[in-house]
Amino acid sequence: MSVFTRRWPLLLAFAVLVTAAAPDVPGTTLAALWRWLPLVLTGFLFNLLVGVLAMALGTLLGLPLGLTQMAASRPVRGGGWVVIQFLRNAPWLVLLFYVMFLLPFEVHVAGVTIPLPAWAKAVVGLALPVSANVAEIVRGGLRSIPVAQWESAESLAFSRPQVLLMVILPQAFRRMLPPWMNLYAILVMATTLISVVGIQDGLTAVRAAVSAEGRPELMMPFYLLLLALFFAYSFPVSRLTRHLERRLRAG
Amino acid sequence: MDAGAFFRHLAETGGINVSVLYDAYDRDRFLHGLWTTTWLSLVAGALSVLIGLAGAAALEARSRMVGAIVRGYVEAFRNTPPLVQLLFFYFAIGGLLPGHAVDGATVPLVSNTGWAIVSFSLFAGAFNVEIFRSGLEAVPAATTEAAEALGYTRVQALRHVGLPLALRVCMPALGNNLVNLVKTTSLAYAIAVPELLYAAAQIWSESMNVRETMTVLLLTYLVLIGLLVWAMERWERALRLPGFSP
Repeated sequence: MSVFTRRWPLLLAFAVLVTAAAPDVPGTTLAALWRWLPLVLTGFLFNLLVGVLAMALGTLLGLPLGLTQMAASRPVRGGGWVVIQFLRNAPWLVLLFYVMFLLPFEVHVAGVTIPLPAWAKAVVGLALPVSANVAEIVRGGLRSIPVAQWESAESLAFSRPQVLLMVILPQAFRRMLPPWMNLYAILVMATTLISVVGIQDGLTAVRAAVSAEGRPELMMPFYLLLLALFFAYSFPVSRLTRHLERRLRAG
Repeated sequence: MDAGAFFRHLAETGGINVSVLYDAYDRDRFLHGLWTTTWLSLVAGALSVLIGLAGAAALEARSRMVGAIVRGYVEAFRNTPPLVQLLFFYFAIGGLLPGHAVDGATVPLVSNTGWAIVSFSLFAGAFNVEIFRSGLEAVPAATTEAAEALGYTRVQALRHVGLPLALRVCMPALGNNLVNLVKTTSLAYAIAVPELLYAAAQIWSESMNVRETMTVLLLTYLVLIGLLVWAMERWERALRLPGFSP
C-alpha cells in the first residue's frame, strides 16, 4: 500500500496552498472555510451520490448495449453501434441539457404517476454517456479474449449465449475492471456539471459561500478546498486503477 | 421553394421551428458559436500538445525536482473536475489580476475566452504528458541507445528518434484526448464564452424552440467530432512508417 502513502505530500501541498492563499488574514480565512465546511461537504457528498447512481444506471444500460456488438444479427450490431457512437461523441454537458429539458417532470406508467425530480433527471443525463463508454469497455474486453475460447466452448456444445455468459464474460471481466474504474473517475469529475443546470451540489455550495461572504479574496481558498476534496477522492481511485492495470499486464 | 422558405413554412404550419435554418439572426449567432468552438478547440488543442511534449521531455530529464513538479501538475489536473478548474482560473486567479481601463470601463487583463483557453490547454495537456510519456516508454531502449552510439546527444536522440517514434505509438490515445477536448470546450458556457452551447442556449430561450435547437446542436457536435476523428485517422496513416508497428 506504499503507493498510497507515498503521494500524501501532494495533498499536504494542497492544504498549504489553501491556507497560504490569503496570508494577510489567515485566521479569518480559516474561520470562513470552517464555517462553510459542512455545507460544502454536504454538497460534495451529493456529487458522490449522483456519481454512484449514474455509474450504476450507466453500467446497467451499457452492458446490454455492449453485448449488441457481439450479436450475430447485423441490424442489432449496426443499431447498437449508432447508439454508442452518438452517446459517446456528444459532449456530456449537452446530453445533460438534453435530458434536463426534454424529460417531463413526471411520467405516467399504467395509471401510476412517478415524479421525476431534477436530480433524478441529472442521474439519467449523466448515465447516458456512461452507458456508451461502458458499452465500449465491454466490447473491448470481450474482443480481448482469444477466438479459440469461443471455438473450444462451442465444440463442447455450449450455445452462443452460454459461451458468452459462462466462458467469455468471466474472463473478460478482469480486463474490463480498470477502464471501468477510469470511467468512474471521469464521471465523478463530471458530476459538477449538474450545478450548471441548477442542481445544488458542492460547486453550488462553494459559489454560494463566496457570494455570501462577499470577500473576493476568499475565492481562491474556497475553490481550492473543493478541488482538494475531489482530488482526495479521485487520486486513490486512480492509483488503484493503475495498480490493477500493472498487475494485469504482468499476467 | 428554397430551403429557408421550407423551414419557415415548417415552423409556421408544422410546429417544428428550426430557426437556425431560416432566421438570419439566429443562424449568424449559431455560426459564430461554431466558429468560437472550432477556434477554441484548435488553439487549446495545439497548446495542449506542446504542453504534453514539454512535460514528457522534462520527465526524461532524470531530475527528481523537475519530475516531481511535472507529476504533481499531471495528477492535480487529472484528478480534479475541469469545470471547477475553469471557474478557479476565471474567478479566483482572474479576480487577482489587475484590470485596465478602456473607454472608461475596466476590462480584465485576460478575457473569459482567454481563461477558457488557459484552463482547457492545461487540462488536456496533463493527459497529453501521460500519453507522450507512455509513447516514449514504448520506444525500444535499443533504438535510442543506437542513436546515442551514433553520436547523438540525449536531447538530439529524444528530438530526432524518441519523440517521432513515440508520436506514432500514441496517435490513437492523442486522438481520443483531442476529441475529449472538443467536448470539454462546451464547459466554457459556464463563464459565458459565446461558443456553440452558449449560442444555442441563447437561441432556444429567445425563439422558444428548445427541442429543435438542441437537436441541431447535438448533430453539429457529432459532425465536428466526426471531422476530427477522420482527420486524426488520415494523419495517423500519413505518419505510418513501413516496418514500424508498435
